[in-house]
Amino acid sequence: MAYHSFLLEPISCHAWNKDRTQIALCPNNHEVHIYRKDGAKWSKIHELKEHNGQVTGIDWAPESNRLVTCGTDRNAYVWTLKGNVWKPTLVILRINRAARCVKWSPKENKFAVGSGSRLISICYFEQENDWWVCKHIKKPIRSTVLSLDWHPNNVLLAAGSCDFKCRIFSAYIKEVEERPSPTPWGSKMPFGELMFESSSSCGWVHSICFSASGSRVAWVSHDSTLCLADAGKKMAVASLCTETLPLLAVTFITENSLVAAGHDCCPMLFTYEESQGALTFGGKLDVPKQSSQRGLTARERFQNLDKKASSDTANATLDTLHKNSISQISVLTGGKDKCSQFCTTGMDGGMSIWDVKVRNPHGPLRLG
Amino acid sequence: MARSTLSSRFRRLDIDQYDENRFVEEPEEAAAAEPDASPEVEALLRQYPLGRGSEALRAFHTAIRSSPGNTRNAAMKEQAQGTMLKVLTSFKSSEIEQAVNSLDRNGVDLLMKYIYKGFEKPTENSSAILLQWHEKALAVGGLGSIVRVLTARKTV
Repeated sequence: MAYHSFLLEPISCHAWNKDRTQIALCPNNHEVHIYRKDGAKWSKIHELKEHNGQVTGIDWAPESNRLVTCGTDRNAYVWTLKGNVWKPTLVILRINRAARCVKWSPKENKFAVGSGSRLISICYFEQENDWWVCKHIKKPIRSTVLSLDWHPNNVLLAAGSCDFKCRIFSAYIKEVEERPSPTPWGSKMPFGELMFESSSSCGWVHSICFSASGSRVAWVSHDSTLCLADAGKKMAVASLCTETLPLLAVTFITENSLVAAGHDCCPMLFTYEESQGALTFGGKLDVPKQSSQRGLTARERFQNLDKKASSDTANATLDTLHKNSISQISVLTGGKDKCSQFCTTGMDGGMSIWDVKVRNPHGPLRLG
Repeated sequence: MARSTLSSRFRRLDIDQYDENRFVEEPEEAAAAEPDASPEVEALLRQYPLGRGSEALRAFHTAIRSSPGNTRNAAMKEQAQGTMLKVLTSFKSSEIEQAVNSLDRNGVDLLMKYIYKGFEKPTENSSAILLQWHEKALAVGGLGSIVRVLTARKTV
């Protein structure tokens, strides 16, 4: 694994380009910086300044090489590279609260923005007017939409929100695509149709992710739980109460395994057992090198006892790679079904790339 | 779009309360009256000092099982809390670990909720024993169980 510290401030959000040589990130302000990998170093090649509020979401469309960013100024911009300059196009989202997350659809002909206005804006390009237009999905969302993920069929959209529920909507836009064929989530998919709604977990849904095939969706919420709904089992929900602090980001790395990370500053592996419909914790993936235990003098021991009421220094420093909460995970290579590398960014301003090594195809995953 | 104004105190009215789409808490259906288990628990507890350790464990499990989950009835909750507190304080320190290990994940979460409820209303000796319960429950449930106490919408 490799760790690079970009900033001293949190990285609000990030996105990779298609060949993973460039990363676009928001350094906790109104701008987006694009860095390019030069050997072992990262050099900043672009600064995108158009937003008036913090940039909360970035997504990079791999095929069409366009960026979409959204921010707390209630705007979204689609950026196209002309020559060596990124040119923004404003998208009017018609929201009256901050935008929180944005995702290109798999075919890159539309994107979805989740916002604090308790709705999702689905934006598509109207050729006649040369303008991005948006449609709203409102019912029955009752609070801020924190996270979004598209189904591979380009129509279904999963949304996790602060009203403690995960939902799957249809975002079918007849102007840009054909009627979708039936999926395990349902067959009638008019725009805005609610295909699935989870029963309330007791926490804000921070992150949500479809599996590579689209028949499973997993989400993490603020009450330290990880849940998975399996369309193949009539949308049965399996949930796991973890022993860790709340998780903030989750992604599938194979059809049955997930990696999630959050306030415990290290990624963790979870596996889904389809036959039993159960999720299990597979272990922390950040195994620190064994540091030599420095012997404590009697004076230090007494001081520890006085200050912290315990004489062991096990929890004095964080020995994980990230020194603060991890806020986003993205798959780098292999896709969501055979991921071999993924990337985490966090509130410590660092970005770290993790290798997944499969020991044997049916055995547990290990991390390099 | 207005450029960022430094102060937002020009809003003296909370306009969100006039929004017809605002979030309204759904009224919960009244749960069926749970059979009151406290007499049974009391009986088991009275036998405990006579030296039969398993009675305390059974009292504990009965109290956990009959805790009112969905009710909004404050009186019922008070009673369940009182019963639970009696059970927790009557345990010997050495037997706490065994009791905690006999619970499943949901039981540990429920126990944590009762422990924190007990912290809220301390009596003379309760905090000491509750802290021991807390230490053992934390070892099994981890920080996640405390997070679930804080985020739970159905309080115990």
